Amino acid sequence: MLRGGGIRGHADEMLGYVLLLLIGLAVVSYFLARRRSIAAVQGRENELHSRPSYHGAYVAAWVGIPSLLLVLVWLLLQGPVIDALLLWSLPIGTTDGLSDGQIDLLLSEIRSVAAGNVFGKPSPVVLEAAERYQSWKYIARWAMAGAAMSVALVGLILASGRISPGFRARHGAERILSGLMIACSLIAILTTLGIVLSLLVEALRFFDRVSPIEFFFGLNWEPQIPIREGQVTAGGAFGAIPVFAGTLMIALIAMAVATPIGLYSAVYLTEYAHPKVRAVIKPVLELLAGIPTVVYGFFAVLTVAPALRQFGETIGVPIAPNSALAAGAVMGIMIIPFISSLSDDAIAAVPRAMRDGSYAMGATKSETITKVLLPAALSGIMGGILLAVSRAIGETMIVVMAAGIIASLTANPLKPVTTVTVQIVTLLIGDSEFDNPKTLSAFALGLVLFLVTLALNVLALHIVRKYREQYE
Amino acid sequence: MSNAEAIEPAPGAEWDSAKARRRVRRRYAANWRLQAYGIIAISIAVGLLGVLLASIIATGYPAFVQTKIDLPIYVDPAKVDAEDPASGKYRSLVREALAKVVPGVPKSQQRSVGKILTADASYILRDYVVEHPEAIGKTITLPIAVSDPFDQLYKGVIPKELDALNWVQVRWFERLTNRGVVVEHDGRTSLKLDVYIDPETVEAGPPPSGNFDALAQNSLRTYLPKVQDTSLFDILANDAPQAIEKRVAADPDIIGKTVQVFFPVSPPYAALAKGETPKEINPRFKEAQLEAFEFIEKKGMVRTPFNWELFFNADSRFPERAGLAGAIAGSFYALLICFMLSFPIGIAAAVYLEEFAPKNRFTDLIEVNINNLAAVPSVVFGLLGLAVFLGFFGLPRSVPLVGGMVLSLMTLPTIIITTRAALKAVPPSIREAALGVGASKHQVMMHHVLPLALPGIMTGTIIGMAQALGETAPLLLIGMNAFIPSVENMGLLEPATSLPTQIFSWADSPERGFVSRTSAAILVLLGFLVIMNLVAVALRQMFQRKW
Repeated sequence: MLRGGGIRGHADEMLGYVLLLLIGLAVVSYFLARRRSIAAVQGRENELHSRPSYHGAYVAAWVGIPSLLLVLVWLLLQGPVIDALLLWSLPIGTTDGLSDGQIDLLLSEIRSVAAGNVFGKPSPVVLEAAERYQSWKYIARWAMAGAAMSVALVGLILASGRISPGFRARHGAERILSGLMIACSLIAILTTLGIVLSLLVEALRFFDRVSPIEFFFGLNWEPQIPIREGQVTAGGAFGAIPVFAGTLMIALIAMAVATPIGLYSAVYLTEYAHPKVRAVIKPVLELLAGIPTVVYGFFAVLTVAPALRQFGETIGVPIAPNSALAAGAVMGIMIIPFISSLSDDAIAAVPRAMRDGSYAMGATKSETITKVLLPAALSGIMGGILLAVSRAIGETMIVVMAAGIIASLTANPLKPVTTVTVQIVTLLIGDSEFDNPKTLSAFALGLVLFLVTLALNVLALHIVRKYREQYE
Repeated sequence: MSNAEAIEPAPGAEWDSAKARRRVRRRYAANWRLQAYGIIAISIAVGLLGVLLASIIATGYPAFVQTKIDLPIYVDPAKVDAEDPASGKYRSLVREALAKVVPGVPKSQQRSVGKILTADASYILRDYVVEHPEAIGKTITLPIAVSDPFDQLYKGVIPKELDALNWVQVRWFERLTNRGVVVEHDGRTSLKLDVYIDPETVEAGPPPSGNFDALAQNSLRTYLPKVQDTSLFDILANDAPQAIEKRVAADPDIIGKTVQVFFPVSPPYAALAKGETPKEINPRFKEAQLEAFEFIEKKGMVRTPFNWELFFNADSRFPERAGLAGAIAGSFYALLICFMLSFPIGIAAAVYLEEFAPKNRFTDLIEVNINNLAAVPSVVFGLLGLAVFLGFFGLPRSVPLVGGMVLSLMTLPTIIITTRAALKAVPPSIREAALGVGASKHQVMMHHVLPLALPGIMTGTIIGMAQALGETAPLLLIGMNAFIPSVENMGLLEPATSLPTQIFSWADSPERGFVSRTSAAILVLLGFLVIMNLVAVALRQMFQRKW
């Protein structure tokens, strides 16, 4: 164990040193290039096309960026390449007739032996491979350091060779900066792509083993039973309808709590409240949105569920300790500020003239609100409610802590139900092997969750935008 | 409001007819109603916030102090080798020290009395002696935390004694009393019940045999036929069935007849019959433990100092020793990575989109993407981290590096959106002036617009970091809820936990002490959030400029 930690620490330290060295080199080359550009015009800086710091930045970018990129790519590819080499170097016939999963197992055994965690007596083949693995890893680290340093040095030589009074270093540096900025803004697209691809790939692997018809229309959800390939069709345990129904029920309860409270609060705050009262109450309501959801979850378990249960006992109705009602109600509290602030915006966005026109006709405040403002703001409010629904469906911690784990198809809010997010978390906690339908089903659920919330958001934005066009 | 006068009478309606007045009154009543609904809604929302905070504070504040015993311990040189203090016999040292404080505890009870102290007591002593080797051979006084039940007892969270009977059981007994079957017999409170001595089950003997338990229970049940609960039979004393046996032994002829038998009742019901509230010792304690603890308490050795361990200890299986240091460190590392990634990337993306990007399909796509990412459920980011960072790139599980990377993907949209707003707020005259004196677009940006927008950007970043600090689900999925019993070995690539996932783990723990620890951890988390938001507000106030 100790030995493994030492080796791992050594490798990480090495990576840290390489990164520090590269950054240091970039900083040094900045000052070198600066000085060199000044020397190129014998100190008469106004003869330079670009100021010395641009020369420095240009060279530093050429030193730092390619070498750091190389380290990054190297780190990403090193694992798979060493694995492939390792498999190739095993004695012929070792991997014959092994499935992918068994090969993975063999590789991880070699790796853990190499890290010094020896359990039982590994075969000589594994021991030998572990030694090879260790030495290759060592070689790879040094090779990476060498390659990165040489790329940095080549960058330094090439870029600083271009320094001359007429060299447009500022243009070069600005082009590099623009490129970096474009790369940064692409991360948003890459993230979306990453989400879609990772969910899709794992979900497709899941649908390879369990038919989509069963998943979307089945009434029985029992993923915890370890089902291996070949037995899948026998169980029929991946019917997600009860999970979807539970999600819907909790979201509906949450909306039933949040919509009236949020809407009436928004009406009062925009139309009736004194500005001073509004200035106090509005941030207080927004506090509700700033509280982490794990806190709401604990609140549901600690206070709301026992209180509901006691109330049920006194009126003679049995209420489960993890009832849908408790989880939904607490989620509703969390959602109040979304509805109130979005409705607030929608009501405030109604043109002044409509309000004044209504008052001029002699309407009371409540008549103006219910007959003029709310209809005019309706699409904005609807958009807000849809956004809140998508929030409720995607909310995780409250339901993980306060709702049930067993999927049961019931319409009774006093019974425990489970949700998509609860299943995702419980299926994946403590499990990182993606080779059985149990863990893969979490990705299928995640895909459904992502698509539904995305659709709700797009719909909400569409409604809000359409409404805006009406008055501008 | 003077709108009422402005209302034109409808054709044929009188201005101030009773009907018109009623109508106006009704319309104004509707107005007041709507206003009342609004006030009620706001009161409910604010009230719920108050209940939430009050219940967390009420359960959490006891965890900020810890019950400790100042235990004088003689560090016997025979048991601790000065050469190698780490491997002394500390368990027996602690036991001896406790035995000296509470003398006269029989050998059989010593183990149970020892459980007054935390199970970690010997390690506390060991760590102290390793640090202060000069203590060997001396008597030192160490404050040692008491175990969870005694901590809760001393703080008054759980009682020493419980009611032995619940209200249902009391009602049963009341009904029996009302029917006149509760009588004094032979100096004991007894039930005078009719018993049918079934000849099929009872043999005359001698000695008489038969299932007397069942007979006694059946006869009791005939008096309370609707009660299903078998704890009903606890009313009968342990020796109650013998009453039948004695009757049969005295007179075998009663077999096959129905006779009256006096069954003595069990002690709690006997106490109830005397008008007392019967108590029993809380099953979490033992008699000897309570006596010993009371004795120590009377000696004035029990204190409740401020619980610094809550902040400086790492996690533990024992609530009295569990602290947040590991969680705070893990959250710190994850937020550090999150900040180092999302701050520069977010600013660069925002600057590009706001100032440089041409208006075309591609930049539209980026913008739509950013807005949608802000609304993607956090658990989906956890799935992304699991599949891409752990699955595809093979990064290790549970480490703050991956946690920070996932969190940075989530905070990026927040930072980009607030940075763009801050950039928009910088007036165009600044840009135009800089461009006018010959600055390039990049120079305008770097030298003028960004510095002016920086306070706004910082505010947005802090708010984004505060959100990231409270995120739980994505960290759970990448396994950042590891059990961290020591803070010594922490780093970006070591398994870690974080504040919100620690709250989740503690909330799941069955020990009573973790309830208040969880609330205390929530208060610590909320404290950090309040501080971050106050800093953000202060920044905005300090650097806000009116152009």
